[in-house]
Amino acid sequence: MHELSIAYSLVQNASEAAQQAGARKVNKVFLRLGQLSGVVKEALLFGYDIATKGTPLEGSELVIQTLPIVIYCASPQCQQEFTISGLQGFRCPKCNQPSNQIRQGRELEIEKLEIEVD
Amino acid sequence: MTTRYLEIRQGVLSKNDQLAATLRGRLQAAGLLTLNVVSSPGSGKTALLERMMGDMRKTGHPVAALVGDLQTDNDAKRLARSGAPVRQIVTDGMCHLEVEMITAHLNAWDLDLNTLEFFFIENVGNLVCPTWYDLGEDLRIVLLSVTEGEDKPLKYPSMFYSADVAIITKMDLAEACEFDRALAHENILSVRPGIRIFETSAKKGTGIAELIDFLVHTRAKKYVG
Ligand SMILES: Nc1nc2c(ncn2[C@@H]2O[C@H](COP(=O)(O)OP(=O)(O)OP(=O)(O)O)[C@@H](O)[C@H]2O)c(=O)[nH]1
Ligand SMILES: [Mg+2]
Ligand SMILES: [Zn+2]
Repeated sequence: MHELSIAYSLVQNASEAAQQAGARKVNKVFLRLGQLSGVVKEALLFGYDIATKGTPLEGSELVIQTLPIVIYCASPQCQQEFTISGLQGFRCPKCNQPSNQIRQGRELEIEKLEIEVD
Repeated sequence: MTTRYLEIRQGVLSKNDQLAATLRGRLQAAGLLTLNVVSSPGSGKTALLERMMGDMRKTGHPVAALVGDLQTDNDAKRLARSGAPVRQIVTDGMCHLEVEMITAHLNAWDLDLNTLEFFFIENVGNLVCPTWYDLGEDLRIVLLSVTEGEDKPLKYPSMFYSADVAIITKMDLAEACEFDRALAHENILSVRPGIRIFETSAKKGTGIAELIDFLVHTRAKKYVG
């Protein structure tokens, strides 16, 4: 359960950015969350409510976009990206070769904030 | 008041990443090879390190270690038996180490980094939470013991993917556990193609010399060229 520490980092980063932009209020925080990030969405939402208490983000909504795993298969017959489902190793669904090029899925990233300004 | 979007595009752990880069620079300036050792609880991190650190000291490769645990300083006491400088980080319930803890402990420690060649960090036993926390290491070493099932890498692909070296531990128990060696290698390689895999027994001492040799060579390549 490291979602609470993730939530605190998230709130800290978002608060700093909001303050720098002169935000009066933050309505929403948009987060991109890859399926390999090791972060459980429900636990993070729960942690977010705790971590925002008493901060400028209190009462704001955390909007999470979950991103599937995308690998690149470099074998001659493929040379393309594939979205893979489940966690069955990072094998190409077409030719079954393991890939070490993960193009998407590791994200744990604040995309944007919806703020109120004067 | 008006509503607008503020684009950010920033990693949530970007602060940890920046601090880790700073620490890595400091450790590398002192000529250290830093290893972040991760595994499930009880896979044999402390047993392996105790053995290795003792042997490394004897062969003229000075080493120090920081060990993280939720509670108790038992593991630090075990590692200290190797004769190397060791400190415990008690995380008090936190399931992973963050780079700030490493930096803080190093700063409060009268340890001359310039006299060392290797620095081990034993992470909290956990295959999920420590994954994306860079501790300023040069190599991440993931352990899989023969008693925990050959499919662990498939269940925790992120951690195995993030590692640079994999070690299959407790090999002395392989036969008793009907451990399928080929399958374990295949599973590790399917989440992390090309990763270097070692097999050790801390109890019997097998595979330890080979592992030390690899670390010594890796360090030599890094600093001697
Ligand atoms: N037979 C055998 N047992 C081992 C070996 N290595 C470790 N063990 C045993 O496995 C248990 C756990 O080993 P530790 O070294 O404490 O494991 P750890 O990964 O440091 O555990 P945590 O720090 O709690 O996550 C202990 O009872 C060890 O004696 C080995 O090579 N062979
Ligand atoms: Mg231990
Ligand atoms: Zn393919």
